[in-house]
Amino acid sequence: MFLINCPFCGEREQSEFKAGGEAHIVRPKQPTELSDDQWAEYLFMRKNIKGIQFERWNHIHGCRKWFNMVRDTSNDEIKAVYKMGEKPPVK
Amino acid sequence: MKNKYSIFSLIKNAFSYHENWEKAWKDPEPKKEYDVVIIGGGGHGLATAYYLAKKHNMKNIAVVEKGWIGGGNTGRNTTIIRSNYLWDASAGLYDHALKIWEGLSQELNYNVMFSQRGVMNLAHNLQDVRDLKRRTHANRLNGIDAVYLNTEEVKKFCPIINTSPDIRYPVLGGTLQKRAGTARHDAVAWGYARGADEMGVDIIQNCEVKGIKRNGDAVEGIETTKGFIKTNKIGVVAAGHSSVIANMAGLRLPLESKPLQALVSEPVKPIIDTVVMSNAVHAYVSQSDKGELVIGAGTDDYVSYSQKGSHDIVEGTLNAILELYPIFSRMRMLRQWGGIVDICPDASPIISKTSIKGLYFNCGWGTGGFKATPGSGDLFAHTIANDEPHKLNAAFNLNRFVSGDLVDEHGAAAVAH
Repeated sequence: MFLINCPFCGEREQSEFKAGGEAHIVRPKQPTELSDDQWAEYLFMRKNIKGIQFERWNHIHGCRKWFNMVRDTSNDEIKAVYKMGEKPPVK
Repeated sequence: MKNKYSIFSLIKNAFSYHENWEKAWKDPEPKKEYDVVIIGGGGHGLATAYYLAKKHNMKNIAVVEKGWIGGGNTGRNTTIIRSNYLWDASAGLYDHALKIWEGLSQELNYNVMFSQRGVMNLAHNLQDVRDLKRRTHANRLNGIDAVYLNTEEVKKFCPIINTSPDIRYPVLGGTLQKRAGTARHDAVAWGYARGADEMGVDIIQNCEVKGIKRNGDAVEGIETTKGFIKTNKIGVVAAGHSSVIANMAGLRLPLESKPLQALVSEPVKPIIDTVVMSNAVHAYVSQSDKGELVIGAGTDDYVSYSQKGSHDIVEGTLNAILELYPIFSRMRMLRQWGGIVDICPDASPIISKTSIKGLYFNCGWGTGGFKATPGSGDLFAHTIANDEPHKLNAAFNLNRFVSGDLVDEHGAAAVAH
């Protein structure tokens, strides 16, 4: 359990949020051109990093808005929170 | 040859105050080169090494483990064993394991305390009822024992369940697999370790893998905290850390690693003599031989390697347990812990070759790998030894995420995933 600083509502309990998986996976621009391997890559393959991970979250029991988070998955420490469309504030 | 464990060896050792038992396995330093190296000394990894030595006549095998054997998910699960899966491929895989479980204590000369006390899955809504009936029929067609029970029969089989129609999610029925049950999880790792050690497998503990050396499309060895080990075949059985190892080799996997929690109560006298699972409300419970209630909670929905989970997950599970078993309302919980489980998009495992020659993965068991331990080891050993999958694990290849031929057990099995 940890606290998440929603960029719209402020600090709330993690149980109010829904994790949305890895962030910055870009939907293929021309889906009809994609090979099966590229589809598998887009749909299923994930970095699943132990360490600093960029991910999407939704404040599902609050403002219901999506946002991005940088989190260390080895100890659940949140490094940064930023809105959709913004550049990640840390590398 | 190791001394056989028996009533006679027990009596003999009693005369020396049990101080002269020989070590169940050695603690060797790694050699420079092995024919096969298994990464991960949990139940699945040790079973793989055991069957490589026993059935495929391989001699020069090592198991490397970053901590101590059986200290990961093998020692953290809720020890439930069953094979009542919906799809043919899963039924084949898990029933293969269940059949090995039935003779495992004798085969290993190690009491894994396999107890076929039955596993009951409850239905709480109309869709559950339909799904479970469908699964019962599918199981029977695959030669797996399964019966459907109505509410009265559920109550008769496990009298402490609250079957009142007035609860929030009333019990509308359930399925029962009588051959299913539990086993002692530590004993499984120790038994396989002892058996593998006897056949010359080096079990190297406190040896963390730091890198995988590749030569073009093939593997050449592993970098570890105990130095470089040369090998042409690597079997990765690293559970929650599978993606970490895959990243070292430059391989992409469709896994997400998440915390899964379990908890046990204070020990009490025998009160529940079976395993009851309820997917809809996510509560499952059994009782260990020590008398503790063993309760499995759910996974968190975020990726984490912290071996901790969120409190609200435990709270949700205990709410459901209290509704279903009012008799437990004054039980105190003794311990709670988390393990990191690697979950595939289709909730089925991967036991497969990869695009890299000599690199094999056995992963993606998600929340339900313990039950498959012997079968998983047997089939993975076959895959490594022959460089070809066995027919029982052919469907569980890595390429299914490209071909689309998924084994979708997520919703289908109506079980806790």
